[in-house]
Amino acid sequence: MATTVEASLDPNPLTIAGREFRSRLLVGTGKYSSNVAMMDAIEASGAEVVTVAVRRVDLNRANEEGILNHLDPDRFFLLANTAGCYSADDAVRYARLARAAGFNEWIKLEVIGDQETLLPDTTGLLEATRTLAAEGFKVMAYTNDDLITALRLEEAGAVAVMPLASPIGSGLGMLNQYAIRTIKRRLQVPVIVDAGVGTASDACLVMEQGVDGILMNTGIAAAADPVRMATAMRQAVDSGRLAYLAGRMPRREVAVPSSPVSGMLDQ
Amino acid sequence: MIGTPEASGIITLTVNGAPREIPRNSTLAELLGALSLDPRLVVVEHNRTILRDREKYAAQPLASGDVLEIVHFVGGG
Repeated sequence: MATTVEASLDPNPLTIAGREFRSRLLVGTGKYSSNVAMMDAIEASGAEVVTVAVRRVDLNRANEEGILNHLDPDRFFLLANTAGCYSADDAVRYARLARAAGFNEWIKLEVIGDQETLLPDTTGLLEATRTLAAEGFKVMAYTNDDLITALRLEEAGAVAVMPLASPIGSGLGMLNQYAIRTIKRRLQVPVIVDAGVGTASDACLVMEQGVDGILMNTGIAAAADPVRMATAMRQAVDSGRLAYLAGRMPRREVAVPSSPVSGMLDQ
Repeated sequence: MIGTPEASGIITLTVNGAPREIPRNSTLAELLGALSLDPRLVVVEHNRTILRDREKYAAQPLASGDVLEIVHFVGGG
């Protein structure tokens, strides 16, 4: 039977490790032309979870502003990352520094294995996930679209697994939708697709696979008009989610008429 | 200026990878003050140990040769 408009909307919020989030779109804060442009785009995206990186304070630039001068931690859920870390030890060190900032014990864990592709070092990723989970961190692990690694990350204590759609910053969209669907089907923890989404149709297609959410940065920040793209991404994530929940029609390789075949003139 | 360098001398630390001279017997809170850094917006790692309790910065002594990393959140994905 047909459902009402209200019932057809996404009935459940994104929930990770028991915490509910108001949007299935998670956004990064890198690569914006200005902090004002960043905040406008984040507002337009509707995101609650906002990623940040941990870096040295530049002591030679007096009064350089950290991102917390612009991003209100009472309104957004700060998810620190370990971007730029090439070993489990480095990633653990950055995660501990991020937790010491005092906002939460969540970490977007990246252990990168290769500078050209920024693909994950899955061995280091598993090691760091185990270490951090044992220390009480809520680990959201950025990984490739390999099912076995995803399963191992879940076993290791990750609260969410984040397979890439395609390499970080590439904007190539989802390269293997079968792999993403399989990971979503096999894991108990939420699956958030992270990286590679270039435009709204990419985001919609990702969400149509049934995953729990998308994390993106460059797809919005590197658009000519980030606020417009953030709005498009927000709508695409919602649309893809609704289409998944609605259940698409089966594909057929022959035409099936939409109008009655009877009642034609001169029959 | 921090403390009284003429009375206690100068020591050299490594702060964020660069040498930095500070008056002997300075505390971490004094160093952050001299660097115009708000302790609430940074995290400090002192000789590889993260100093999680900001209340203790004012009592945290610094010694010659100490290695400090002062980090904060920046934009990232």
